[in-house]
Amino acid sequence: MTLPFDEMHSPANRVRPHYARLAEWLATTPAERMVAKRAEADLLFRRVGITFAVYGESDASASDGQFGTERLIPFDIIPRVITCEEWRLLARGLTQRVRALNAFLADVYHGQEILRAGRIPPEPVLWNPQYRPEMHGVNVPGGIYAHIAGIDVVRAGEGEFYVLEDNLRVPSGVSYMLEDRKMMMRLFPELFARHAVAPVEHYPDMLLDILRSVAPSGVNDPSAVLLTPGASNSAYFEHAFLAQQMGVELVEGQDLFVRDGFVYMRTTLGPQRVDVIYRRIDDDFLDPLAFRADSTLGVPGLLTAYREGNVTIANAMGTGIADDKSLYPYVPEMIRFYCGEEPLLANVPTWVLRNPDDCAYVLEHLSELVVKEVHGAGGYGMLIGPAASRAELAAFRERILANPSGYVAQPTLALSTCPTFVDSGIAPRHVDLRPFVLSGRDVRIVPGGLTRVALREGSLVVNSSQGGGTKDTWVLEA
Amino acid sequence: MLSRTADHLYWMARYVERAENLARLLDVNVSAALLPRSTEEANQSWAASLAVVGALDAYTERYGAIDPRHVLELIAFDPASPFSIVRCLREARENARAVRGALTTEIWETMNTTWLDLHRRIAGTGNVDQLNEFFEWVRQRSHLVSGATINTMLRTEGFHFTRIGTFLERADNTARMLDVNLRVLAAEGGARGPEADYYRYSQLLRSLSALQIYRQAYRDRITPDRVAELLILHPDMPRSLHRCLEEITANLRRVANSQSAETERRAGQLHAELQFGRIDSVLARGVHKVLADFLERIQDLGSRISTDFLLSEAW
Repeated sequence: MTLPFDEMHSPANRVRPHYARLAEWLATTPAERMVAKRAEADLLFRRVGITFAVYGESDASASDGQFGTERLIPFDIIPRVITCEEWRLLARGLTQRVRALNAFLADVYHGQEILRAGRIPPEPVLWNPQYRPEMHGVNVPGGIYAHIAGIDVVRAGEGEFYVLEDNLRVPSGVSYMLEDRKMMMRLFPELFARHAVAPVEHYPDMLLDILRSVAPSGVNDPSAVLLTPGASNSAYFEHAFLAQQMGVELVEGQDLFVRDGFVYMRTTLGPQRVDVIYRRIDDDFLDPLAFRADSTLGVPGLLTAYREGNVTIANAMGTGIADDKSLYPYVPEMIRFYCGEEPLLANVPTWVLRNPDDCAYVLEHLSELVVKEVHGAGGYGMLIGPAASRAELAAFRERILANPSGYVAQPTLALSTCPTFVDSGIAPRHVDLRPFVLSGRDVRIVPGGLTRVALREGSLVVNSSQGGGTKDTWVLEA
Repeated sequence: MLSRTADHLYWMARYVERAENLARLLDVNVSAALLPRSTEEANQSWAASLAVVGALDAYTERYGAIDPRHVLELIAFDPASPFSIVRCLREARENARAVRGALTTEIWETMNTTWLDLHRRIAGTGNVDQLNEFFEWVRQRSHLVSGATINTMLRTEGFHFTRIGTFLERADNTARMLDVNLRVLAAEGGARGPEADYYRYSQLLRSLSALQIYRQAYRDRITPDRVAELLILHPDMPRSLHRCLEEITANLRRVANSQSAETERRAGQLHAELQFGRIDSVLARGVHKVLADFLERIQDLGSRISTDFLLSEAW
């Protein structure tokens, strides 16, 4: 494994120019002040209730039974700095990628030109549980499927970014991007005076604009709602936060009903039409009449209303086919096919274990690779070869052999590092980046995104469910 | 506004008001324990408190004889008890959390901080002065929530349902407090002399934050008839039945929908009776009878409001 890219220091251990002012500030700020500020941040996050629930954790095992399973995501008080040149490159690459992914979704649910042209084999598409035949031939406003995309990006070197995965179903984390910024401005106003940091606070406004712009045609003043599974969901804080910031109703399935092909919400003044649903519920649970019959989170008849074009659902049903890990290796091909351009952002080389050659190679090099479940998410069901024990490797080998097409593998990436305030002081820790890409009439991105940081030394897993934290991400304006 | 949202706001407000009422009730009881009086008298006072919150049967079943420590457990500290302050604050916070997007940041953070601080507060309630401090704290938190509501919330349905919750709970509480205490006094039949009665009445007034108001309003000694008048009919006393109904009808008018006419009519009628009622006729009918009738009608209003506005099945 090569040495990871240090975002603050050059190989000669010189501070990179865009980190100069931050380095100066770090050098002159006493450790006690940092500790005090971190404690203050924790307290404020608790008071605001920026907490998340960890799946599979009972009340008893939580750190404090009286708070149930509500936990804080660790927040690192040292910001990550990105130059505007780097950001421009990233933003162009992200725009191109999300355009291609939306074009792919429109194609795969209509003419399937890309399959007929032989650019992607049909099996991983049509035999994929994420492919929704219900969506075939459905026209969605503006041909946009993934209105909100969270694209996970890692960097390996100077200007060298890789897309690790695309999240096109119900990507989360944007509230942390916004709250982290608010927290930093409160804790360290002096730092903002010294840097021209591109603002991100207009994200909710942009999101509302995008949502209203994709309302069914003919609706003058569309009413949008945010559909949440409810207060026990791990991302509930974010749902409530975004609904509040946009000034739209935060609804649960029970608050909506379908009558004569239209969707209504139950209000104190009677039924009220709903035109756009920003849903934070997976496809499977959206409509018990069409998908999982045991779902109490969804709205019976929603699919019918949707197919008739009487309501817009964001993201569309069936977007999972475009972010499935078995199709990830073909995204560069999608970009070439739909945009007629070479991809600006690289994919991580990926072995698809459905292919016998790839499978043989991976089994031979298991201890060097990262193996992921095709349909997994959130860092669960994942093998990190270099960190795994002999027994873990053997067990995983069995699982692969039992179902090779359930897995893909990638080289262990040397994720870049950023200075992070940990117990031992300021030390480099691995990070990734999730920018949020919004698609309506055009594609828009607020500068930056959510930086996730693996707080344990040497760890490459940044997921919040696995001990990861977050930091504020600064794109410098000049 | 979503029916479910209105429902959560309504219950959030009710539970906060209930927690405050409990805190005042218990505070007065704990302080009264410092007065020289027989165990029997003290126990009667604790039993009356249990009766006010409808927890007397539950208490007897669980603990038997009156013991202040157990009373405090049941209606203050036991999180599993449906009557306790802790439970009320939890329910209030859970309702707030379910609709935190519909609350202003000020209200939500007040609710959430209350909940987070509660555990630390409970830990320090070993003796009487700490108990008083705890009850004082609960009252202050309730005032903060009310203040944040009045000062930061948009005057739309959400606000009005919050207020309706507060005043329904308050009307219910005042009526019960008065009724239970008058019955205890009647049972004693003045056998303990006017001084003992004075303490009983001032205790009642204090537990409704009404002792100073009584002095200001009457500038005279405390008599049972005036106590009843103040708490039932006085238009400016913030906890009187009249005042509560005034608030309920005003807020109800602002949220009226196509099926709420009958509820509005009933609230308006009850309000008119209090507005134009005289204490002589209340006494002639019998205070207990008047209060029992009032409690029944307040409950009817509560369930009608639920059906008209808050339960989504209604549509």
